[in-house]
Amino acid sequence: MPIEKPIDFSSMPDSRGHFGPYGGLFVSETLMEPLDELREAYEKYMQDESFLAELDADLANYVGRPSPVYHAERLSRENGGAQIYLKREDLNHTGAHKVNNTIGQALLAKRMGKKRIIAETGAGQHGVATATVAARLGLECVVYMGAVDIARQEANVYRMKLLGAKVESVESGSKTLKDALNEAMRDWVTHVDDTFYIIGTVAGPHPYPAMVRDFQAIIGREGRQQMLSQTGALPDALVACVGGGSNAIGLFYPFLNDERVKIYGVEAAGAGLDTDQHAAPLCAGTPGVLHGNRTYLMEDKNGQIIETHSISAGLDYPGVGPEHAWLKDIGRANYVAATDDEALAAFHTLTRVEGIIPALESSHAVAYALKLARQMDESQTILVNLSGRGDKDMHTVAALDGLKI
Amino acid sequence: MSRIGERFKQLEQKGRVALIPFVTAGDPGPAVTVPLMHAMVEAGADIIELGVPFSDPMADGPVIQRASERALEHGVSLRDVLGMVSQFRQQDTSTPVVLMGYLNPVEIMGYESFAEAAQEAGVDGLLTVDLPPEEADELVAAIKPRAIDPIFLIAPTSSEERMQRICDAASGFVYYVSVKGITGAGHLAIGEVAAKMAQIRKHTQLPVGVGFGISSAEKAQAIAQVGDAVIVGSVLVKRIEELRETPEEIAPAIAQILSSMRQAIDLV
Repeated sequence: MPIEKPIDFSSMPDSRGHFGPYGGLFVSETLMEPLDELREAYEKYMQDESFLAELDADLANYVGRPSPVYHAERLSRENGGAQIYLKREDLNHTGAHKVNNTIGQALLAKRMGKKRIIAETGAGQHGVATATVAARLGLECVVYMGAVDIARQEANVYRMKLLGAKVESVESGSKTLKDALNEAMRDWVTHVDDTFYIIGTVAGPHPYPAMVRDFQAIIGREGRQQMLSQTGALPDALVACVGGGSNAIGLFYPFLNDERVKIYGVEAAGAGLDTDQHAAPLCAGTPGVLHGNRTYLMEDKNGQIIETHSISAGLDYPGVGPEHAWLKDIGRANYVAATDDEALAAFHTLTRVEGIIPALESSHAVAYALKLARQMDESQTILVNLSGRGDKDMHTVAALDGLKI
Repeated sequence: MSRIGERFKQLEQKGRVALIPFVTAGDPGPAVTVPLMHAMVEAGADIIELGVPFSDPMADGPVIQRASERALEHGVSLRDVLGMVSQFRQQDTSTPVVLMGYLNPVEIMGYESFAEAAQEAGVDGLLTVDLPPEEADELVAAIKPRAIDPIFLIAPTSSEERMQRICDAASGFVYYVSVKGITGAGHLAIGEVAAKMAQIRKHTQLPVGVGFGISSAEKAQAIAQVGDAVIVGSVLVKRIEELRETPEEIAPAIAQILSSMRQAIDLV
């Protein structure tokens, strides 16, 4: 039997952005040259010492990195089974992992001489993280947000406005994140000379999935070192929630070549995978092409994109990063799902037992980690990406308790 | 030769610039489309571009987005659009029909089954706006042997190198996007278009059509002086939207707009 050559994960994607059959560059012709220009700049500056030094300094002094890895001892004990460690991305400036990427892309925009920044946002976390770096660098900033999301995320809309960003309400389609992305693309195609589009997740056309991953991979690089120094070994398993998949790939990527480390991405099962109320393209979708790349999608039999549902706005997206699609197909990562109810239960558990209020997105990862830990030995370890904090979700959780805050 | 190639050859012999109207199939309802196609041919259309509705039309402005939404409310699918083409072909076997849309509906149908069904229906060209030539080999291999021309866009941002690659992959005609922006944009600069056309013609013998932002007979006339085909969409779709409550008025109203464009173009 021929011996298969092991995959070198650091060599992915190929030069045109393919992860196996996924990824690629599916955009209208007007954007092909600008994307090529972006790819060249990104490849150049990722080798440029002064750029990397500026990025590192910002991540340390502005974002507050490295973020700690915390051994949730009481949670692990009460839950039983494996030891649960939390990578505390919730402690970053602006409250989530999103800023790792917006800092990187905004510095790139500055080096490329772009004066205007645009972004799409769902829950508003990426919009806030973009408006934050735009304020700091003195760049004009426009954030596209679906009208439905604007109504349910008032506080983040106000934060973006305070930071000096213009929030454009998107009234087309389902008026949520996917439509905001469409509208940002339309803006970019119209103002392509002076505008830099900061995509918030590992989706979109090449080079975005690779570039956003590389900016987020600091999560996994730090986590790897921190686990080695705290436990003397790599974790037995990694768990992260997956919407578009940027926090997950950021954690997973530096571990992909460590065959022994099991990897779990947790999608939003909403009301359940057997209903039509979920946002789990990897668990229950089919491959297709949307937003510039080929990946798993929530779509109907005619190839129309369907509406998704999750209690967490940040996971409410019908696509997923193409690298995840590929990792699923080759079996390197396992994709599972947690329902709204499971995520909420985990939200309350972590809050009560460890005094850490997680974002509802991250609560999906915690929910699955608790389940997984119980099937493992107490000498084993799980590293969970706590991708964001729950402050933004207070009104959602309170409303479920019948309170208005 | 494909029906598109033949049509351009005839036009060249007559010294006539092609007029290519775009409408979204199934807008505002499925029954409107086939009679509208015949009315457009009657009013001077040389080729028809039929938009395939998609839930996420990233390259389109609000006018064509709303047309897609109206068609999707009636559940109009790619298969339904092929049905309309085949119905159109019962009476008209000479006017080429180009489907214009996004890749995903074609992708989910499967390239081979799409190509087969499209040929059977009488489709002559396919323009998927989110499919650059770099990703198109497989689809081109499926449609071209069935006399369906792959139509590609050239944009104001395309480099000479890309123009060459696009022209090499295309057949039928190439489509120059005359503005940096989305369909229905308002800032068409004729001088710039003329300069680009000269550049494009260095790379291909194929006819070059021009579209995006051509909203009046005057603009159509100006474009006809530099292009081989004038492609108009949003101005028609906007009129369809205005008349959506009285669909029987749509075909005559669109015919009227096209007739005045036809006259203006033929003065060139």
